[in-house]
Amino acid sequence: MYVYDEYDQQLLNERVAQFSGQVARYLDGKIPEEDFLPLRLQNGIYVQRYAPMLRVAVPYGALNATQMRALARVAREYDKGYAHFSTRQNVQFNWPALEECPQILADLADVQMHAVQTSGNCIRNTTTDEYAGVIAEEITDPRPYCEIIRQWSTFHPEFAFLPRKFKIAVNAVPGADRAAIQIHDIGVNIVRNEAGELGYRILVGGGLGRTPVIGTEIRAFLPEEDLLTYLDAVIRVYNQFGRRDNKYKARIKILTKALGIDRMRELVEAEWERIRDGEGKLTRAELDRVKKHFSEPAYKDLQDEPAELTSARSENPAFARWLQRNVRAHKKSGYAVVTLTLKQKGTPPGDITAEQMDQVADLAEQYSLGELRSTHQQNLVLPDVEQAQLFALWQAAKANGLATPTLGLLTDMICCPGGDFCALANAKSIPVAEAIQVRFDDLDYLHDLGEIDLNISGCMNACGHHHVGNIGVLGVDKKGEEFYQISLGGSSAGNNTDEAALGKILGPSFARERMADVIQTILDFYVDKRIAGESFLEAYRRLGHAAFKEAVYGPAD
Amino acid sequence: MARLIKQQQVVGSDDWQIIEDDAAVVDYAVISLTRWQAERSALAAHAEAGKLGLFLNSDETADLIGDDASAFALIAIDFPKFTDGRGYTAARLLRERHGYQGELRAMGDVLIDQLFAMQRCGFDSFSLRDDQDTEEALKAFSTFTRCYQTDVREPRPLFRRRA
Ligand code: SF4
Repeated sequence: MYVYDEYDQQLLNERVAQFSGQVARYLDGKIPEEDFLPLRLQNGIYVQRYAPMLRVAVPYGALNATQMRALARVAREYDKGYAHFSTRQNVQFNWPALEECPQILADLADVQMHAVQTSGNCIRNTTTDEYAGVIAEEITDPRPYCEIIRQWSTFHPEFAFLPRKFKIAVNAVPGADRAAIQIHDIGVNIVRNEAGELGYRILVGGGLGRTPVIGTEIRAFLPEEDLLTYLDAVIRVYNQFGRRDNKYKARIKILTKALGIDRMRELVEAEWERIRDGEGKLTRAELDRVKKHFSEPAYKDLQDEPAELTSARSENPAFARWLQRNVRAHKKSGYAVVTLTLKQKGTPPGDITAEQMDQVADLAEQYSLGELRSTHQQNLVLPDVEQAQLFALWQAAKANGLATPTLGLLTDMICCPGGDFCALANAKSIPVAEAIQVRFDDLDYLHDLGEIDLNISGCMNACGHHHVGNIGVLGVDKKGEEFYQISLGGSSAGNNTDEAALGKILGPSFARERMADVIQTILDFYVDKRIAGESFLEAYRRLGHAAFKEAVYGPAD
Repeated sequence: MARLIKQQQVVGSDDWQIIEDDAAVVDYAVISLTRWQAERSALAAHAEAGKLGLFLNSDETADLIGDDASAFALIAIDFPKFTDGRGYTAARLLRERHGYQGELRAMGDVLIDQLFAMQRCGFDSFSLRDDQDTEEALKAFSTFTRCYQTDVREPRPLFRRRA
């Protein structure tokens, strides 16, 4: 993984000093509230219902054991002993005191972590595939490109105050979309052209929120060294012409729609022509320098399916189930990629205690060369586990509540913090997740249902990605009461397809107490009507929206 | 009370004044883009004497003045709110694309915590909002030692300078 050099470290240390100064001036009454707000946002500090929330960046989801322990310490010393992994692969603390944030950030800077641009109308944390670097399907490891984007976007002089927040995601697996790039302001798909050269297919204008849009191709092939100048060109056009009069119309997706993709492309290309060969153009040396940080670790020469694994699997059905769900193939024989799920019954999705964080750090050191990843489905990944050690790892993870064998299944929900924490919420989302976890806790049933994405957001901001859930749940406010609207058929693409889809609203919303029943009705209908091997999404597409609607609301008159 | 900083020195105020479109053009008048476009030739003498300034609203992009920029001794870019970031792009383009070498002034909601980025985009004079502390402001110019990106002051991005 990327290791800071003196330049990176100096920049970060200076950022900590700058922010400490800003907090001190604010607390002294020298910065008015409304001026301080964008400053603290640019450092990931929100003021929520009950306390400030600090969002710490996990750049493209890459973490090491030392960093995880540092996060655990923050949770223990400055918070209530737990933290929350978000759908942007970041980690959030819900209860720190503003006065203590500078110290927290100083502690985190010691382990090369920060909260830079985790909020505010600027370029946010770039996200990518949590399996980057360890799966055979990818064209190349996307992480060096993410790190290059991270550095380019960090304190970009021109783009600190864009019309609205700006998110970039990178996918490197052909025929798949492993980073939901189609719902990002810019989606970068790493591809090879006909000559076999590396480069990118660029999408623009995707996003969820009030107006969900799937991104459109703005460039079919961009050569590898042109990444940063092209990003500069797109965002420069956006910074000049994006709307600033209405925050719901300020994202680049609205500008792209208003101009039309062809006009947008013309503007971007014209801008890019003028800067593409300037000093900002990436160099081969820089690409090589950053790629070196992600070179393969010294893997052992191992065989797939060692005897220890085979026997443990046949002797232990629970282990076998976990293997089947939470463990996937590694590009190196004898290794495996393991997901530690943060979806235990009784805990909000993505939440993790300080003790568990320490345990995860230990597991990473013991079993996975000290590295781990956070995922946009709010889980953690150990990328480099020897197959012979899977059984030992499973036992340790299980003892710590990190081995719920439900990856990709119904209860592996994505859920935003909602009304329990978030000041913007229309409704709580965690209790809905909880009700679903409680109702559907039979593992045989869950495995029989197969893969289903259920995503919950507490309001239209869609932090829980409800539009792209196969089942999406959205909190709505009806005359001061919390209700929930269900949509079906969304998909953020993923492993086997690169076609994202937006869900369609099913009908009138429901009270919270009814949610588990309604979900049950939808699932019963699917189980009843499915044909062998058909996933929920496939059955939905075959049977049609109206059939599901009728199952839930009865026949239309 | 204007708090003007030029070339990282507090100067308090100077002779430049923004004038209305129907006011007579005096020395050190700062005029609107509309007026320049309408009265260009009549204003040439003032411009040549180095005593004409231009005021750009935040929704006026740099290419609207383009290479005419060098006619002015001062260009003032307005920040109606400090969260309106269009002026950063305008400044960079004036410097990097249109060859503007004169004084480039940030006006309006100009606050301490934005000075560093403004300076990187080519601003060299700052008309601070009235409540801003000039001592603190001067410190802000040295917030970061080295930055990652290319900018007006340091055209080579860090990746071309790393040892
Ligand atoms: S979706 Fe709404 S309620 Fe949920 S975290 Fe985002 S802003 Fe808050």
